[in-house]
Amino acid sequence: MVYFPEEVVGHILGLLTSHSDRNSASLVCRAWYQIERFSRRSVFVCNCYAVHPERVHVRFPCLRSLAVKGKPRFADFDLEPVAWGAPAEPWVDACARGCPGLEELRLKRMVVTDECLKLLACSFPNLKSLVLVGCEGFSTDGLAAVAASCRFIKELDLQESFVEDRGSHWLKCFPKPSTLLESLNFSCLTGEVNSHALEKLVARSPNLKSLRLNRAVPLDVLARILSRTPRLVDLCTGSFLRGTNADAYIGLFNAFQHCNMLKRLSGFWDATSLFVQVINPVCKNLTCLNLSNAPMVRSAYLIEFIHQCKKLQHLWVLDSIGDKGLETVASSCIELQELRVFHGNADVREGIAVTEEGLVAISAGCRKLKSVVYYCQRMTNAALVTVANNCPQFKSFRLCILDPESADAVTGQPLDEGFGAIVHSCKGLRWLSMSGLLTDTVFLYIGMYAERLETLSVAFAGDTDDGMIYVLNGCKNLKKLVIRDSPFGDSALLAGMHKYEAMRSLWMSSCNVTLGVCKALAANMPSLTVEVMNETLSIDEVDEDANNAKVEKLFIYRTIVGPRGDAPEFISIC
Amino acid sequence: MEAAADVENLKATELRLGLPGTEEEEVAPPPSTPRAGSKRALAAGEEAKKPVAAAPPAAKAQVVGWPPVRSYRKSCFQASTKSKAAAAPPPQQEEAAAGGLFVKVSMDGAPYLRKIDLKMYKGYRELREALEAMFLCFSGGAVDGAAAFNPSDFAVTYEDKDGDLMLVGDVPFEMFISTCKRLRIMKGSEARGLGGATGVN
Repeated sequence: MVYFPEEVVGHILGLLTSHSDRNSASLVCRAWYQIERFSRRSVFVCNCYAVHPERVHVRFPCLRSLAVKGKPRFADFDLEPVAWGAPAEPWVDACARGCPGLEELRLKRMVVTDECLKLLACSFPNLKSLVLVGCEGFSTDGLAAVAASCRFIKELDLQESFVEDRGSHWLKCFPKPSTLLESLNFSCLTGEVNSHALEKLVARSPNLKSLRLNRAVPLDVLARILSRTPRLVDLCTGSFLRGTNADAYIGLFNAFQHCNMLKRLSGFWDATSLFVQVINPVCKNLTCLNLSNAPMVRSAYLIEFIHQCKKLQHLWVLDSIGDKGLETVASSCIELQELRVFHGNADVREGIAVTEEGLVAISAGCRKLKSVVYYCQRMTNAALVTVANNCPQFKSFRLCILDPESADAVTGQPLDEGFGAIVHSCKGLRWLSMSGLLTDTVFLYIGMYAERLETLSVAFAGDTDDGMIYVLNGCKNLKKLVIRDSPFGDSALLAGMHKYEAMRSLWMSSCNVTLGVCKALAANMPSLTVEVMNETLSIDEVDEDANNAKVEKLFIYRTIVGPRGDAPEFISIC
Repeated sequence: MEAAADVENLKATELRLGLPGTEEEEVAPPPSTPRAGSKRALAAGEEAKKPVAAAPPAAKAQVVGWPPVRSYRKSCFQASTKSKAAAAPPPQQEEAAAGGLFVKVSMDGAPYLRKIDLKMYKGYRELREALEAMFLCFSGGAVDGAAAFNPSDFAVTYEDKDGDLMLVGDVPFEMFISTCKRLRIMKGSEARGLGGATGVN
């Protein structure tokens, strides 16, 4: 075999961008491991407790871009107490020492303090992109520090983070006379925004392509901003309730007429049917539309302009759109790749929700559909089978039937066959969330057919431990398994003992797993951290009763650094 | 897995992707009632999170955390429902009191009337702005020229339960909504002196 010189291998590996490809390449041999690590510019750490931050910088000295995830996804649903952990400080600290040339930092579901942001601001002069998704613990003071010190920042994105409002002076802190900003997202901020400062910032950011305003920005301010930034590609509007005078409406309508490059639109806070028609001029160019924050826009109006959005690829709406509305989507938006239908109202009222018919219509019309999130009132096996046959290219299928454990609405049977058809037909399925009445049978199907499945989310499903065992034995590529309120117990947990090392994490809540078995698992598998959350129990109790008690919440993840030292009191590490 | 289990699994793996009920089910049909009872039976003494109902899923108590809504979305919606004062969004097809409160709106000189839902507005200011936006095109100013539309040339009046023509703005908004039968936007000489400073706000 002829060996390439190292430089050539280095050049070739340097062209690889996908994380998994690079990971695979680094496992080939020691030489490739060494070559790969020096050419790696971007690292993604899926679990901040799996590895020490310093290790990342030792292994990858040429790092320029770092992404770290903290809390498990269940934190989004309030099933996780706030003080769980995942502080960003150790990561920023290690980065500051190991990689001062950092250009991109992306943190998801981590606790970021103002001190941390200030450290970040003075440690990374070359920072171009800061993305904080679902983070918390900081205020607008921290933002001011970043804005003032990171002169080259192009992207500041605070998607869905919880930020304490201490005034909007941070808008004034961005570089003068002009900024390099291309993307600014502060839609999660709850406080007032100084309109004057905002308009001046936009005026001195000639490269701005993506702007996501928060709910406090009145309509007239939006109108003025938009008329000065007709080259925006992505816009999240402010309020449709404030600043709604005739001038604003006209101004906005005119401004939209000049926004030829606008492709992504969201926001629409408090929008009523009347005012939302102002976006008609841009409908024909839109590829992404998010109307899920506009519960007052009536179905007829929604349908009217979605009908004009022929190029739509991503659509997020509320279930107030109804099955009829989805039929319109199916006939008009044939390029659709992603659809999310969220539940709009706390009370489910007849006729104001979607059913299996809407989903079937969508699957028949939108043949490019890859990703679905669907909150519906009812579902049937027949519908799921039809959907599976229509859309074998699904990558992500997440179904939430509003009434947990709902059976097939027509036959009264469990929905095993329907979901079975989905995993059988959609060979590339990566993410599946199920709901409804489900027995062990559906897990048998999943274990057999869902070869590419990476994330599985289960609630109120299954009859015996066999269900979980089928999945653990079957799904070769499983990375995340999330189970709530299902009767899986100790033998199911132990069946996956060796599998968990190959997975990112396992979450089980309100199942039948006992404390004793969790301890046994932890004792046998030092490469796993087994975290137990029990309000009433102390982990150190050795008596039989304690060990037989059911665990309320269980979170298991692989790690190379042993148990974390910062677990709060209500968490016990076995 | 044991051999016996294998045989059983073999039968169970016969995946029929046709409609359920078209062939005889070999797998024992599960009970049509919710299985909360059977699940909870495994956990003796464990606190049941839902009522063990024998009836089909008609009226169930709220299950904790279902349907799953991200706390971020929840916080957005809470703020949304607070800012919207009156009723929840009415069904689109109904005019009855249970749903929206639709009244006709006429404007002098306009070729056709409009209908608005009075329940959609928090107060007079919003209503006024909505009407202005709606009837802009008839004011001679056209959509792209703002100058021609002068609010003081118009007065918004309404016909109440007794059939009298009243000026909008005198009574509290909630009272107005309950007595208003239709709206009329008067312009020109009839309106002068009625609109402007003494008009709605």
